[in-house]
Amino acid sequence: MVRVAIWGSLRAATGGRAEVEVEAANLRELLDRLAEAYPGIQPQIDRGVSVVIDGLVYNDSWFTPVRPDSEVVLLPRIVGG
Amino acid sequence: MALDDKHEAEGRVFKIVGTRPIRPDGIDKVTGRARFGADMSAPGMLVGLILRSPHAHARIRSINIAKAEALPGVKAVVTRADFGNVSDDDLRDILHNVMAHDKALYDGHAVAAVAATSTSAARQALKLIEVDYEVLPHVIDVDEAMQPDAPVLHEGRSDETVPAGMSANIMHRFEYGHGDVEAGLAAADEVIERSFKTAATHQGYIEPHACLASMGPDGQADLWCCTQGHYMVRNTCAGILGMEVSQLKVTASEIGGGFGGKTTVFLEPVALALARKSGRPVKMVMSREEVFRASGPTSSTSIDVKIGMKRDGTITAGWAELRYQGGAFPGSPVQFGAMSCFAAYDLANVQAIGWDVVANRPKQIAYRAPGAPMGAYAVESVVDELCGKLGLDRLEVRLKNASRDGTKAAYGPRFGRIGLTAVLEAAKAHPHYTAPLGPNQGRGVACGFWFNFGGDTCVSLNVNPDGTVGVSEGNPDIGGSRAAMTMMAAEELGIPYERVRTTIADTSALGQNDVTDGSRVTFAVGLATIKAARAAITIMCARAAKIWGIDADAVVWEDGHAKPAGPNAGKFPPMSLAEIAAVATNTGGPIAGHHEVNAEGAGVSFAAHLVDAEVDPETGAVKILRYTVFQDAGKAVHPAYVEGQFQGGAVQGIGWALNEEYIYGADGRLQNPGFLDYRIPVASDLPMIDTVIIEVANPGHPYGVRGVGETSIVPPLAAVANAVSAAAGVRLTELPMSPPKVLHAIDAARG
Repeated sequence: MVRVAIWGSLRAATGGRAEVEVEAANLRELLDRLAEAYPGIQPQIDRGVSVVIDGLVYNDSWFTPVRPDSEVVLLPRIVGG
Repeated sequence: MALDDKHEAEGRVFKIVGTRPIRPDGIDKVTGRARFGADMSAPGMLVGLILRSPHAHARIRSINIAKAEALPGVKAVVTRADFGNVSDDDLRDILHNVMAHDKALYDGHAVAAVAATSTSAARQALKLIEVDYEVLPHVIDVDEAMQPDAPVLHEGRSDETVPAGMSANIMHRFEYGHGDVEAGLAAADEVIERSFKTAATHQGYIEPHACLASMGPDGQADLWCCTQGHYMVRNTCAGILGMEVSQLKVTASEIGGGFGGKTTVFLEPVALALARKSGRPVKMVMSREEVFRASGPTSSTSIDVKIGMKRDGTITAGWAELRYQGGAFPGSPVQFGAMSCFAAYDLANVQAIGWDVVANRPKQIAYRAPGAPMGAYAVESVVDELCGKLGLDRLEVRLKNASRDGTKAAYGPRFGRIGLTAVLEAAKAHPHYTAPLGPNQGRGVACGFWFNFGGDTCVSLNVNPDGTVGVSEGNPDIGGSRAAMTMMAAEELGIPYERVRTTIADTSALGQNDVTDGSRVTFAVGLATIKAARAAITIMCARAAKIWGIDADAVVWEDGHAKPAGPNAGKFPPMSLAEIAAVATNTGGPIAGHHEVNAEGAGVSFAAHLVDAEVDPETGAVKILRYTVFQDAGKAVHPAYVEGQFQGGAVQGIGWALNEEYIYGADGRLQNPGFLDYRIPVASDLPMIDTVIIEVANPGHPYGVRGVGETSIVPPLAAVANAVSAAAGVRLTELPMSPPKVLHAIDAARG
């Protein structure tokens, strides 16, 4: 299981939990499993998320591997100017 | 890469990267040969102009274009009715921003457009368009827009994060943080809570938006425009106009500044609609007034901050609530303000809450590290005040609490390899920090942070028959990317800088490229350029191997030559790139390398700014006396450009801090849409901006590059405010710190 940190305002979708666990081996599975387990996250996934895996920010690379001991943090989509 | 791993470039001796060659676009720009957005023309071209709402908020009951259409010389008039329906929320907001739907949502909102054979005919036609408006109450200020009884711009757009019962102008609520803020504050020896406001500012690029659109009766279209991302322009316009992406070819002009403000479309879909309707090419160029009234400024903000500190300087807790209005549509960058405002500090207890709010102003668009400067201003002001109250050294306190490798950032993840402490140590050791100050002078310091970004990137590298090399990239050169790509390609290939030429390809030449934003280009396009060069090297080694009759694995590339890998590979004289290129036809055909990637792994960047300011207590006028920027660049490919990014960010931040603001009248109309009344800093306002480049390699890039284009605008609002507050003897809590405000604060403090 991979532990995923959820930011404050998204915790409404996880019953207030700051960290949830999902079974996932890559980024795509991680987002799919999150949306299945916590449907309230789906609107934010649709709006765009970035996923920080072990300190590096990933946006859309589905097959980025996630290890059971990876530190995974969900963030709103990172853009710039 | 683990934190204790060595970077792959560690110990590498660069020959070209890190030097300062002459920029490849320099001659064109100083001689006038460079073609900017308004420099394109086509046979039979029409002039396109836009009719804009004079009201801040009004229902459009009807638009009558009959008289305008009948005017001689007028070839097309378009309104929202000439565009189809768009289902995607973001795309629909862009469409509604470039052409109003049922309501005009701000002063300057486009309601109709004409294309005519002359500017005078087009102007006359605008006057003949009859718009029946029902003027509605409006709201400009972010705090007023959040009141339950505020005029509402859109019903039903608040998302699931906004608690019931709040104003319909609140679009989204964000919250980040960890720990127990109340417990942290209770453990502090000193707690300061302050409220701040910042005005909306414009990116202030010198070149106005401009484009030339052409569409044939078969639906094939061409668009030339000034933009930070022509692939974005292509995709957005095709989506709005219901075209297949392949039918629209977009070519980016040279760009006279963008700073985030050219990461969307304003004129382009309208010009295409006019070209489609008229069957003629249509050129549109915004006036400066239009740029101010209708192209994105950044958000105005209202921010509360509470921070607790122990007597030894340890920060025990940080809390902030940020309210950003993003103009008439959802999407202010408040989440980035909330995520980044405490990023420089290793905090056990931290919480930041952000509110995205709409108001009757132009739709905001990114401005360099969007959302971060305002949050940093508020937090760094309170940290500065706490240091003053507890008699602590401002840099020592920042070093004591600084985020380090492995720190859990206030916005969630743990930092990888970062350079904040190196930046702060450099600032502390710099003579600027201890230089004496005179009367009415003060020194300010502040930190800043930005995430940086990678994204979709394509690079093609072609080896020409004469041994020169052409690199094609898909990102408009806004901050020196042609020089940087040329340098990285030359470095990797082992040939002189002068033998490589980089061009910005049109949208038909390469695959998808993300916008030139997020400080991504030197990182992401650089990474792709290096890998494209390595791909070409693999082919060149294979060609040499064929010529020598040995295995390709037995050939290495060194200093621009293919060489046998060792004595066992055979004894052959090295073949230069030019020698291999000269016989490419005989050895398998043209040689090229390319690389396509969604570049992940952009490294975050930190900066610290030191500034000395003098306040005239009689007038409230502020003079910036000395300014030094310290920033982690990872690896500075072309240090002069890196210094330019540092200086440019500082200068724009000085303007934001001291003078720049959108001023609205009671009628909701913008009062200062011009550079005479919207005051950006000019050379005579400024000292030399000194720079210190720190290099802490980014593990995600082969040379260690981090983006540098945005972080430099994050600290100056706070740094200047801290300097001015020290000089004036009173804490300034509202930007810009224009002379009347400074004078008022001094007078109030004197009683």
